[in-house]
Amino acid sequence: MATSIDKVNKFTNRCSILASLILLSGCANLGVEPWERDLLAKKEMALTASPIDAALDDHIYFSKEASSGGKSFGGGGCGCN
Amino acid sequence: MQLNSKDDQKQKIDLKSALSLATTALLGTATLANAAESVNKDNWSFDTAFLYYGESNRVTASEGIIAATKTFNDDKTLNLKLTVDALTGASANGAVAQPNVQTFTRPSGNGQFQVSAGEVPLDDTFRDTRVQLNAQWTQPIAPDYTASVGGHISKEYDYLSLGINSNLAFDFNKKNSTFSVGMSFFKDTFSPEGGIPNAFSSMVINTNAESEDENEFKQSRLTDSDNKTTVDLMLGFSQIINRRMVMQFNYSYSMVDGYLTDPFKMLSVVDQEGLAQYYLYESRPDKRTKQSFFAQTKYHFEKNILDFSYRYMWDDWQINSHTIDSRLRMPLSGSSYIEPHIRYYQQGAADFYQPFLQQAASLPNFASADYRIGEMNAYTVGIKYGMTMSGGNDLSFRLEYYSQQPTSAGHAEPGVLANMEIYQGVDAVIAQVSYSF
Repeated sequence: MATSIDKVNKFTNRCSILASLILLSGCANLGVEPWERDLLAKKEMALTASPIDAALDDHIYFSKEASSGGKSFGGGGCGCN
Repeated sequence: MQLNSKDDQKQKIDLKSALSLATTALLGTATLANAAESVNKDNWSFDTAFLYYGESNRVTASEGIIAATKTFNDDKTLNLKLTVDALTGASANGAVAQPNVQTFTRPSGNGQFQVSAGEVPLDDTFRDTRVQLNAQWTQPIAPDYTASVGGHISKEYDYLSLGINSNLAFDFNKKNSTFSVGMSFFKDTFSPEGGIPNAFSSMVINTNAESEDENEFKQSRLTDSDNKTTVDLMLGFSQIINRRMVMQFNYSYSMVDGYLTDPFKMLSVVDQEGLAQYYLYESRPDKRTKQSFFAQTKYHFEKNILDFSYRYMWDDWQINSHTIDSRLRMPLSGSSYIEPHIRYYQQGAADFYQPFLQQAASLPNFASADYRIGEMNAYTVGIKYGMTMSGGNDLSFRLEYYSQQPTSAGHAEPGVLANMEIYQGVDAVIAQVSYSF
């Protein structure tokens, strides 16, 4: 039991370090100028390009697996789980 | 409304206008003149989809969605979504397969069903229709700040779910970076027919006169309904890396409180030979705290677009899971594309998961034989084909195959259970048609 908690802690620590690094470097060096957004502006480049597909998938996996959310809120909703 | 020479175009606009008027009327916020004006501005857009989900020999579901989005001046948007689904079929009730015929009482207490020797017990009374409504309002509240609030209601015969959510996003670094913080609250009420069984009460099997059994069944029931609340907190960060690449990172914290047991699920209590002596309704803790880390990247190659994501989820039931999801959108021509999809999911078992209970052992505090909180691997493979039609509307078809393979977490299988299928896989087909206009 202790080992799995340790693993989780180790993992979260790594994640927070990784996230902080990305944040620090991200703000300074990454990104594009407004006139370089031609590809990013496409509808299919949106992080959730098909919200309807995402909603249907969330419902299926929420009903069949013990995990939900992550990308969006995973709580409540239906009696299928 | 404009008159068009082409009949099909006219029909299309008629449908959109009718839906726009209906949506506006339903909102009750606009006068008819305003409604007509909004139609002329043509700023409602609609996304619709129909999905079929079918497991071999188990659950079948049909789900329809219609979502309407209106973009107002100054970037305010209103999104309304109606979802209707119907479920029928059989689902595993948690008991183990046996070398003899088994008899179970239906969860409602009305009647019994029998399961053949060697078969995994499935309860075939699973049937429900659900209606869900969502509304979401999003608007800029200050330069670089966008706020969003929403409501959710979902009703099925024995279940009611009410929810609210809010989100605040802050753009910086020339809008290349975005921080967001969100919160949602759900309150769910479960009122299963026949009531909620007492934790670890024995399933009553009808062998006596009817009235005696009815009393005995009622005594095994705790209450008519129970509820749970869910509070979700989410922190998000998205970053544009370069002209072709964007990334997203989310951390979620979720607290679920209340009735988390499945009143339809039970455990077989077996003797040393592995033979089921009786059945106990399952019992789960009344709290669960889940956390997850989610990372996604989208990359625009010369023509193709890759969407790759990973999620790690862990909770205080000792469940953890890894999910990898990947899609590659490949244009076939200027107006159509195909998109292969692969998803892999791996889950560890809850600490109180047990495929069955042993008569000789003392009763644990909590136990569930629901395979959905047991150890499993699952994968999805699918393909989507989409096209933009001459009027600018989008039509797409999606076909996927989903397979779940529960695995043993090392529980000993005494006597006859060694020859029984305890961890049965589930295979499903998912078919979807979507149309946006």
